[in-house]
Amino acid sequence: MSEIDLETARKVAKLSRIAVAEADLPELAQSLSNILTFMEELNEVDVEGVEPMTSVTPMRLKRRADGVTDGNMQARILSNAPDAREGFFAVPKVVE
Amino acid sequence: MSDLNKLTLAEARDLLRTGDVTSVALTEACLDAIEGAGALNAFVHKTPELALERAKAADARLAQGDAPAMCGLPIGIKDLFCTEGVASQAASRILDGFRPEYESTVSAQLRDAGAVMLGKLNMDEFAMGSSNETSVYGNAINPWKVDARDLTPGGSSGGSAAAVAADLCLAATGTDTGGSIRQPAAFTGTVGIKPTYGRCSRWGIVAFASSLDQAGPMTKTVRDAAIMLEAMCGHDAKDSTSADLPVPNFEAMLTGDIRGKTIGIPREYRIDGMPAEIAALWDKGADMLRDAGAKIVEISLPHTKYALPAYYVIAPAEASSNLARYDGVRYGHRATLSAGDGITEMYEKTRAEGFGPEVQRRVMIGTYVLSAGFYDAYYNRARKVRTLIKRDFEQAFAAGVDAILTPATPSAAFGLGEMADADPVQMYLNDVFTVTVNLAGLPGVSVPAGLDSQGLPLGLQLIGRPWEEGDLLNTAHVLETAAGFVAKPAKWW
Repeated sequence: MSEIDLETARKVAKLSRIAVAEADLPELAQSLSNILTFMEELNEVDVEGVEPMTSVTPMRLKRRADGVTDGNMQARILSNAPDAREGFFAVPKVVE
Repeated sequence: MSDLNKLTLAEARDLLRTGDVTSVALTEACLDAIEGAGALNAFVHKTPELALERAKAADARLAQGDAPAMCGLPIGIKDLFCTEGVASQAASRILDGFRPEYESTVSAQLRDAGAVMLGKLNMDEFAMGSSNETSVYGNAINPWKVDARDLTPGGSSGGSAAAVAADLCLAATGTDTGGSIRQPAAFTGTVGIKPTYGRCSRWGIVAFASSLDQAGPMTKTVRDAAIMLEAMCGHDAKDSTSADLPVPNFEAMLTGDIRGKTIGIPREYRIDGMPAEIAALWDKGADMLRDAGAKIVEISLPHTKYALPAYYVIAPAEASSNLARYDGVRYGHRATLSAGDGITEMYEKTRAEGFGPEVQRRVMIGTYVLSAGFYDAYYNRARKVRTLIKRDFEQAFAAGVDAILTPATPSAAFGLGEMADADPVQMYLNDVFTVTVNLAGLPGVSVPAGLDSQGLPLGLQLIGRPWEEGDLLNTAHVLETAAGFVAKPAKWW
């Protein structure tokens, strides 16, 4: 039985960059604990000497020449931005 | 001619080629059907002007004799596919207002083949769900109904399944990460195939779990699945995992002859508590294939039991990485900020407002299993188990099995809201027969095979060897013919 405490739930929310109200943390912790308990069935499997799967099909990733293939579309790239100014994405102040 | 929207792709294609029907007439019939089907909430962004424009262009191409198989055929596109200039938001609030400047490779191939997009289809948010109840657009409703309850069309491709079953379009695109094409197909009496990983380009499809996601067609018949799949497949340099293999003429492979084929029945799929009706349907399916000349053998896939927990480590892990891009900077929703809020508050508030509860849960689970100290215990262990699950299939195929027959789902469609109070893990159990196929990267198809005692459709799943979708579809075609499933939902909407 995996136990996610409030502190861990708060930390996971922070790492995920999702604001979670203090009042909602107990329910979140409970829900994450239940899911992790379900995953612990994996501990029954003998994985000694088994390589983790890294590629779904046995193929080499293709290579291509390291060159520019596309570009010059600033307006199109910014067209969906919630806040774009003077050709840039705009965000709240980052550096004090 | 009436009821043009009820035609199959193959029927409509043949009528278009003989000039007995026009793409404009087909498209108008579908647009009328969509207008009358608001209660199903299947189409969430309609594009009637664009559809009629493309239908006219298709008619011109047909008149010139330059017409690929999909030319002029009206279809729906799942909201997960980016479509140029048309809202594409993966049923999430966080992509509210997003109109891509580009077209996904799969929908571009369909468009270039002359297919007519009618609009975008409802789905679970970011394809995370098995009932279409996590959508920002609200539930899609199954056209099948047996009492006062509204039933789920399944998920995540619930809108696609509902639209095809209700004849709002001739066919639709879906995507499948753990069963999201095959489970909704089974719940709505339609056909859905997830091809081998790498067959369809993932470029321009909003990513959920990149090592599991595949697009595929959702259709009324197996023949239609073969026609549409061929148009969707092919190598794409923009997806590094796209397979550089020739795409066969799948339709030509529907010979109806499976004599001498070996069909495996995996004993581990006979799970505890399997409803008697599902078990009986499965046995009946095996009998049908035996009667058609196939050899039925029992096989063992010993790690089946661990597929679901492995999936629910790997898929959220990949999702937590993929969904990191939704930060309120480049597209979609940005939260209104308070005085003094910095960039971190912007991320946190935007993601809290933009992601629904199931997506938040999976992003956090994924973050946890990838975090320092837990990576080996969860993520690496799950990837090792994935190796073993894939090996189970490889051993079965090496022993001479051509395809594997299983139920598609553990039940028929359930009522919307009935799982609301259940633990999320209960909902995950919907994928018990389908996730193994994604983990192993194999092709799998769901075929409608019968009705349960209430009168709701049930599906059987066939799993094939990698890259042998043509052979798999041929076996599915034999099963479809033998099952003779012709029931349609009675119109109530």
